[in-house]
Amino acid sequence: MDEFLRILTQSLGEILAPTTAAMAIAAIGLNLHFGYTGLLNMGQAGFMLLGAYGFGITLTLGGPIWLAFLIAVAAGVMFALLLGMPTLQLRGDYLAIVTISAAEIVRWFGRSTLWQEWTGGASGLQGRYFKDPFHALSFLPEGRFALGPFEYINTGSDSWFTRIFAWGLVALLLLFVWLITRSPWGRVLKGIREDEDAVRALGKNVYSYKLQALVIGGAIGALGGVVYAIPTAISPDAMGGRTMTFFVWTILLLGGAATVFGPVLGSMIFFTAYMFMRTGMRTLSEDTALGNFISTTQVEFIGGMLVGITLMCLVIFRPQGILGNKKELAFNVR
Amino acid sequence: MSVDETTTAARSEALAHVAHKPGAAKNDPILKADHVVRRFGGMTAVDVDHLEVQEGVITALIGPNGAGKTTLFNLLTGFDTPNTGEWSFQGHSLSGKSGAAVAKAGVVRTFQLTKALGRLTVLQNMLLASPNNPGEKLGLSWLPFLWKRHEAEATEKAMEILARFKLDAKAADYAGSLSGGQRKLLEMARALMTDPTMIMLDEPMAGVNPALVQSLLGHVQALRDEGMTVLFVEHDMHAVRHISDWVVVMAEGRIVAEGPPSTVMKDQAVVDAYLGAHHDTDLGDDALLDPEVLARLEAEEEKR
Ligand SMILES: Nc1ncnc2c1ncn2[C@@H]1O[C@H](COP(=O)(O)OP(=O)(O)OP(=O)(O)O)[C@@H](O)[C@H]1O
Ligand SMILES: [Mg+2]
Repeated sequence: MDEFLRILTQSLGEILAPTTAAMAIAAIGLNLHFGYTGLLNMGQAGFMLLGAYGFGITLTLGGPIWLAFLIAVAAGVMFALLLGMPTLQLRGDYLAIVTISAAEIVRWFGRSTLWQEWTGGASGLQGRYFKDPFHALSFLPEGRFALGPFEYINTGSDSWFTRIFAWGLVALLLLFVWLITRSPWGRVLKGIREDEDAVRALGKNVYSYKLQALVIGGAIGALGGVVYAIPTAISPDAMGGRTMTFFVWTILLLGGAATVFGPVLGSMIFFTAYMFMRTGMRTLSEDTALGNFISTTQVEFIGGMLVGITLMCLVIFRPQGILGNKKELAFNVR
Repeated sequence: MSVDETTTAARSEALAHVAHKPGAAKNDPILKADHVVRRFGGMTAVDVDHLEVQEGVITALIGPNGAGKTTLFNLLTGFDTPNTGEWSFQGHSLSGKSGAAVAKAGVVRTFQLTKALGRLTVLQNMLLASPNNPGEKLGLSWLPFLWKRHEAEATEKAMEILARFKLDAKAADYAGSLSGGQRKLLEMARALMTDPTMIMLDEPMAGVNPALVQSLLGHVQALRDEGMTVLFVEHDMHAVRHISDWVVVMAEGRIVAEGPPSTVMKDQAVVDAYLGAHHDTDLGDDALLDPEVLARLEAEEEKR
């Protein structure tokens, strides 16, 4: 029982974890791409990794923190322009192919020895190189604080300050996305998602709208990467990999694409369930006869597999996600 | 003489002296196309040497299936690129312009395969078409007080147009839940939201019930009487006969005949185009309008 409570607490701790916020941010960006505009960005992890590098490298080189954020966002914007300008004229599938490969290229450049001096190569950038300026922003007093079973230091990697900052940013981005998407501008995006030729025939410059959506969503994705890196480190394989992209997709589809709170709810549920599953299985594997069949090392693989299965089931059985509108589905059988 | 009769008289006057031949010059051509050729592989879908569309009248574009009508529409409205050719609208060249640019210039088209925006409501479909909405600029989108007024005015106008098309009761429904015919209507209504100078309709009556077709035809005539230029593709000869002031006939990518609806159907080239194999069949006046003749021809076709 104690064991179970420990697992439960640890899982519920994920609800407010900084990485949960980071992935929610990445999903908010992807929501603008896919949920509102119908753009198939299969490389959100690439945006995240670039954002994290922009942030980390600027700070490592001694730049001020505002510049670090600015460069992270700029990296996302440039990447979006680079990928979008040649492909958004073409059919949607091309963007998917280009983004998935471009994200891989970013990861391979990151882990190569080419710019090791700055990127740290395959082992990435340790948090200690860029965390101090961020922690210096903290307005919290020294010490620890406990909220029920959740106790963290006030300022540090896995701290209250990191949480406040991360979720504050989530709230700000939600407000921003809500404001721009409920407008006529957002309506044009949704029109493009449904049928871009129809929108073109009404005199709208579809290409420009798609590019705007890609850039904003990409910049938000880059910020997600920054928030992800702050409590952990910048590791090209962990953050820039395809797994990361599919986690973001799962989160978005779980919560509900084209809904404002979908990405946040999706991220919270995803990480809580993911943690519960992994720690639960690990404990079972260590303490019970199950260990004979599933070793603790296999737990990670099974966890990843289950995420894949969840994504498949979601797409098949509830494509509108938790917050999605059921009425839309009644006719949307394509 | 009522206003209506005056305009009717003016219209027949405008077309009275136009030659009944392919590529005939019009008095006030609003749209002019030259040497427009579109090939798909080895097959020439469109090969229009010269076409002029008279301003302020209803022109019908007819022709058998595969004649190239839709392809010509796509070319003229920037949804396809020709192998050669140039065309202009109100004297300004439109060749090579994007679909959006053509629409902004005042030529709005509808699609043969309707494009209702499914996961938007009927009203949102309409509002999307409203031109120059300040809220469609990203920079202003988050400041509702800058675009609320435009929205309110557009909504009022949209509801008016929807009422004309008997869609006002559906305003809050998703467009994806409309029937095929209702989508046709919505698409036409949406096109009108843009205040076009010229509207190009690709089979607007296909799948619309006969009672509504009658009133639709009335609307189209009303649009013309307000000064809009209408070019429409239609297979329903009754509709063509009923409302068009001028008919252009296409076959195998070329324009084979032009003329007023009352006479063009009798043109030998038109008869050939439609009935290729039946040269020997006697086609009286309005033969193409006569269901009996058509039924007989169909039967003959089956026997062959
Ligand atoms: N994208 C395409 N690729 C290849 N061939 C095409 C394409 N679009 C049209 N065609 C061909 O061009 C010819 C003209 O087609 P189009 O759609 O313009 O005919 P239409 O006059 O609109 O016919 P309908 O009355 O049946 O709508 C047809 O033979 C068609 O097969
Ligand atoms: Mg056609």
